[in-house]
Amino acid sequence: MIVELGTFCLGLAFVLSLAQALTVAGGAVKPLRGIARFSEGLSLAAAVAAILAFAALLYAFITSDFSVSNVAKHSHTLKPLLYKISGAWGSHEGSMLLWCMVMLVFGALVTLNGRNLPDGLKHKVLGVQGLLGALFTGFTLFSSNPLARLAEVPYEGASLNPMLQDPALAFHPPLLYLGYVGFSVVFSFAVAALIEGRIDRAWARWVRPWTLLAWVFLTVGITLGSFWAYYELGWGGWWFWDPVENASFMPWLAATALLHSAIVTEKRDALKAWTVFLALLAFTFSMMGAFLVRSGVLTSVHAFAVDPQRGILLLIILFLTAGAGFTLYVLRAGSLSSGGVFASVSRESTLVLNNLLIFVALSTVCLGTLYPLLMEATTGKTISVGAPYYGLSFIPAMGAAMLILPFASLMAWKRGDLKSVWKRLILAAGISLLLALLGATLMGHSDAKSALSLGVGFGLGGWVILGSWQVIQSRTQLLKVPFAEAWRRFRGLPLATHGMVLAHVGLGLFVLGAVVETQTKLTAVDHLAVGQKLKLGAYEVTLTDLTRVAGPNYEAQRGILSVRDAWGKVCEAMPERRFYPASSTVTTEVALCFRPLNDLYFVLGEPSPQGWQVRALYNPWARLIFFGPLLMAVGGVLSLFDRRLRVGVASKGNKG
Amino acid sequence: MRGLLSVLLPLTRSFGPPSPHRGEGIKVFLVLLFALTQIAAAVLPGEAMPDPRQDQRARDLYSEVRCVVCQNESIADSSADIAADMRRDIRLHIAEGLTDTQIRDTMRARYGDYVLFRPRFALTTALLWLLPVAVLLTGGMIFALMNKRPEKTEPSALTPDEQARLDRLLDGDNGSQS
Repeated sequence: MIVELGTFCLGLAFVLSLAQALTVAGGAVKPLRGIARFSEGLSLAAAVAAILAFAALLYAFITSDFSVSNVAKHSHTLKPLLYKISGAWGSHEGSMLLWCMVMLVFGALVTLNGRNLPDGLKHKVLGVQGLLGALFTGFTLFSSNPLARLAEVPYEGASLNPMLQDPALAFHPPLLYLGYVGFSVVFSFAVAALIEGRIDRAWARWVRPWTLLAWVFLTVGITLGSFWAYYELGWGGWWFWDPVENASFMPWLAATALLHSAIVTEKRDALKAWTVFLALLAFTFSMMGAFLVRSGVLTSVHAFAVDPQRGILLLIILFLTAGAGFTLYVLRAGSLSSGGVFASVSRESTLVLNNLLIFVALSTVCLGTLYPLLMEATTGKTISVGAPYYGLSFIPAMGAAMLILPFASLMAWKRGDLKSVWKRLILAAGISLLLALLGATLMGHSDAKSALSLGVGFGLGGWVILGSWQVIQSRTQLLKVPFAEAWRRFRGLPLATHGMVLAHVGLGLFVLGAVVETQTKLTAVDHLAVGQKLKLGAYEVTLTDLTRVAGPNYEAQRGILSVRDAWGKVCEAMPERRFYPASSTVTTEVALCFRPLNDLYFVLGEPSPQGWQVRALYNPWARLIFFGPLLMAVGGVLSLFDRRLRVGVASKGNKG
Repeated sequence: MRGLLSVLLPLTRSFGPPSPHRGEGIKVFLVLLFALTQIAAAVLPGEAMPDPRQDQRARDLYSEVRCVVCQNESIADSSADIAADMRRDIRLHIAEGLTDTQIRDTMRARYGDYVLFRPRFALTTALLWLLPVAVLLTGGMIFALMNKRPEKTEPSALTPDEQARLDRLLDGDNGSQS
């Protein structure tokens, strides 16, 4: 009964979203002008309906209602509760419903937070959002309803892919979707502004918080996914340039560029056409990601059950929405008034350069992902595009962007003074060069390629971190004024400045971690019987025992490893090899010993006549790879709470 | 396979408490432990080359070559049998004195373009390599032109009154900035 109500609610959400779009369209006709405001109420109702539909799916999963086809395929009674819940978004159908719910809830949030938006713009945003909502709920309802029943109810479910039964991955999809779908609001704002033919500083200020919010979710989502790959796949890699990873990375890059160009539009009324272009692009890439993962054109660990027909439907939605958005853009962008003037040396200019470089980086990821697919489709030949390609294209572009980053954050608006900025950065530049030299020589690598990578990584990472510190130093005059005064100034800095500094420091830390981990990690593999030892750098790993463990829905072979260094016992690691009878699959459960910065990483491999294969990895500075992006997200959150972004606060005081 | 199983089956007797899946499950368990070799990886201890410089070359090449039966893994990461064979081939080639480029060519001749993670530059892959450069150059040119001819300030679409109100709204709190 509840399941049928859920399907009903999904249908209701579809109709309400359609009505939401139609009232706005109808409102454009003179005699009906008044009806556009009904879109506000409709957006709230549609969101409630979508939440109820999703709640019904959760209920079906929690109660293991195998009469629902999706539950039967992806759940199992023995699964822990957390994974029963996460099973709700572990499949194509369920995750589409999550996508729709998030989209309609964001639409409702536009209504709830939109008291300060001019009615015309607000209703147009709701109209576009309603249309998007109707397209996606329609797609879910008619081609992928997760609440569809089975004629014959199975006794037991087929269980979720055991690799996906993991805490990090339980939260990875919802966060990712909050990011992906958050860009739909940005897209709607862009289309609405193009219809109105007016983009001004206020528009940029309304769009920026939405972009930031979605960007923060996407950042955390990607980081969690990467962390999951790091410890679940069992070979210690954290980024594979897998097409599906790229699919989530492309909207992130577009949004990162947008965050920076929207600042220029907000502060200086310039770069309008470019900012709108990026606003359209971010959600286009989100939809492309959804298409790539679900269409079956990719074979990947991440790919959902493949179904070409759904893929074609998603492709049609992608072409309809993005096509309409960009056509409108081509028609209207020319008429956007160009705003503020800036000199060639100014913060605007450095941000334009930053955008150019991020866009080049984005184009390499986009090409690297799509080129093999297009080539296979047109010529039948297959090629592979992997890490070596990105190392030659993506990394230089991002490296150049990082090189100008400290200049951008210290330069004045309108007309900057390169000399004075350079004077403030010269110390940071000197220390970074020193760090580069130290990194290249002291990190213990004789190989020239690796020394170069380490040098560049240390130099750039240090440069971005020290450059960000210089922003704080310049604003507070620490060491030049009494400490109490500097502290007062520090506390007086806008939250957006703190956010910017934290995000950039996060980027620097990530680069340091990434380069040290990839260039200096150690691996040791051996077949060990109980009592035998393995050497891993300065560590000695002994297999002390082997036991068999029964989990709730699996049985595991567990190795107990004692890890010692010259000073004594470091930790005890218990990697497992798990067998899930429900799906007849084996997974490896990595054991991690967290050192402050480094990870010791152990995998139990296959048994052999000489014992069990034990694979041990020493991943130096691995902590920074995941801590850096989280710091970026924290920076984003701080920025989000800056009072300047909360237009409501500013305008209430000024309305009089 | 059966031979290996008979070696290992006694091992299973020492496995922990009886579980509902014992018996049939254990056999499947063991078969799968062997079958799903893609999960755990990779270069085995016996594979190191005696000369450290050659070993480094070998390992750099491993990470450029794709395991042809796996999902998006290099032969450095994969523990599939074929990946081990391909690694052995690369070591043999290095020992024979072939250069890295020659080794890449041999791999390509045997397995096709698909096997290299760095696509070679050819007519069919020209766009892949050149388009980002084109984007950079075009963007750079637009940027240079934009700086050469500074735009004139166009009259605001807002009335002076509206403009004043907008400025108040936007800058009302700028006092808090240093």
